[in-house]
Amino acid sequence: MITSGGELNPTLSWNLVQDVRQVFEFPFMLNAVRAGTIVAVLAGLIGWFMVARRQSFTGHTLAVVAFPGATGAILIGVPASYGYFAFAITAAVLIALVPGGGGRGHSEESAVTGTIQATALATGFLFVNLYGGFLSGTNALLFGSFLAVTTGQVHVLLAVAVAAVLALALIGRRLLFASVDPVVAAARGVPVRALSVAFLILLAIAAAEVAQITGSLLVFALLVVPAATAQTLTARPALSLAVTVLIGLAITWVGLFVAYYQPYPIGFFVTTFAFATYLSATGWAHRRARPRLRPALTP
Amino acid sequence: MSAVLRGPRDGIKVSLMNPAITPPAPATPGDQAPVDQVGESAVPGGPARALVQLRGAGVRVGDRMLWSGVDVVVGAGEFFAVLGPNGVGKSTLVKAVLGLIPLAAGTVTVAGHRPGAGNDAIGYLPQRRSFDPGLRLRGVDVVRLGLDGNRWGVPLPGVRRFSARARAAHARVHEVIALVDATGYAHRPIGQLSGGEQQRLLIAQALVSQPRLLLLDEPLDSLDLPNQAAVAALVSRICRQEGVAVMMVAHDVNPILTYLDQVVYIASGGATAGPPRDVITGPSLTRLYGTPIEVLSTSDGRLVVVGQPEVPAHHHDRHQP
Repeated sequence: MITSGGELNPTLSWNLVQDVRQVFEFPFMLNAVRAGTIVAVLAGLIGWFMVARRQSFTGHTLAVVAFPGATGAILIGVPASYGYFAFAITAAVLIALVPGGGGRGHSEESAVTGTIQATALATGFLFVNLYGGFLSGTNALLFGSFLAVTTGQVHVLLAVAVAAVLALALIGRRLLFASVDPVVAAARGVPVRALSVAFLILLAIAAAEVAQITGSLLVFALLVVPAATAQTLTARPALSLAVTVLIGLAITWVGLFVAYYQPYPIGFFVTTFAFATYLSATGWAHRRARPRLRPALTP
Repeated sequence: MSAVLRGPRDGIKVSLMNPAITPPAPATPGDQAPVDQVGESAVPGGPARALVQLRGAGVRVGDRMLWSGVDVVVGAGEFFAVLGPNGVGKSTLVKAVLGLIPLAAGTVTVAGHRPGAGNDAIGYLPQRRSFDPGLRLRGVDVVRLGLDGNRWGVPLPGVRRFSARARAAHARVHEVIALVDATGYAHRPIGQLSGGEQQRLLIAQALVSQPRLLLLDEPLDSLDLPNQAAVAALVSRICRQEGVAVMMVAHDVNPILTYLDQVVYIASGGATAGPPRDVITGPSLTRLYGTPIEVLSTSDGRLVVVGQPEVPAHHHDRHQP
């Protein structure tokens, strides 16, 4: 997997510039950073709308569906990338087709979504077993891997992400209106249902992209946490979106950097940093909200 | 005593959804005939000022006529109330004016045109909305969506420096927020505001695109009494100051009674329209319901509608969201 003849047991020095240069010496690491950056930006932007629409459960399901997608693709001998996208988008369309679904918070949608999630995991393991003998990457598919990102994969990630972000930019304002206030939006001529389906497909694309880096089960680290953290910090939409992307990039880059010097999986580091960020942001917001009560309490 | 003062909703005990009382079908059943707007109108002010006009209108839900024979003319700048017991289809009337549901009979026009979705001339406030407490969006953002939320694209930060239109939009949002006295809390997350505060911001949202007609569906519902009085006074002030016609659905007429120009009272199948003092009377409602009904006036000018006690059951408390 590691092709370069460079140092295979890197050690962290106190010279940060040298450390970063060391990280980029390896082409696989360069690809990992490129892929991580693309995925962090896309996940941040789409995740922000997902959190605002209260569709986190759907997002998680679409990420889990990527697992049988990848194993199925490997089983029939096509690149795992295609499997991720094909399965996630198919699942998004299925969820959108549920009568009364497509909207938000419907229990019916949740039930169907949960069913799809369980089926997806089971199917994924079936594919692993059908593959027989040796599918060493199961852990990587579930919990992430950044070592095996190829240059071709980076190009696919970039092209799909650019298309998805452009689509989101086109529908952004109408999508926000439809998410916050569907009844009035519909009365003002906003196609609420169609937007909901379109967003599910964008969400599937984002989940499939993120799953290729963090693994199916840890997609939340990049899809939910940055957006949830940013929305805790500010209620200004533009600022909140910008903060989301910055947090996503920060935890991805720091995660990659640390994982490079450690034998432990990257998914763990990204998730841990994400969790720590969320926790400190919540604590800060809580502290900031408290002093307002004080004047009333002190005599 | 206070229960009695609730007014029409609790007072009238009739079978609301009985298809047997459906009045004779209008002259042109299932009519989708062309709309001729410049016609006769018995309402003072004449047809030239008519902003909303329903003639012989009826709406069918399934195989049952929800209401029919509704003749309504709302003039420009008028404060108009849609009254009637719960479940009679008041919200449905609003949706028909919005063009969200088709009429089974009769015609409806808004500013001389057939209603259709995306009409900028109408500001709409649907029934009983409150935002998720966790929604992290400011009141000012929600109001802004009422202005340009139906456009493609995304607003770019800092665009106000270069675009006169963006500056005008920004100014309009703040102007309308000031109009509803919400400046003090418009920059806080909307999910954390009280029901009355949210309602004011939602009225601002409905007003921001400078509509000629405000459709308010039970805006006083779920507010406490002081807030009901305040929001009713606010809506009346907007109606007079801005010259916006208001069509408000209410199940209790008392908070808005002193401000009203016209009302329509819908009962199962039928409806009667006119000035409130003519419509909300014993004889008028008795005729409408076909059962003896009394309207009492309290010393402070509130109206109490008292109907014949009726055998239990048959209370279809259906809410149409």
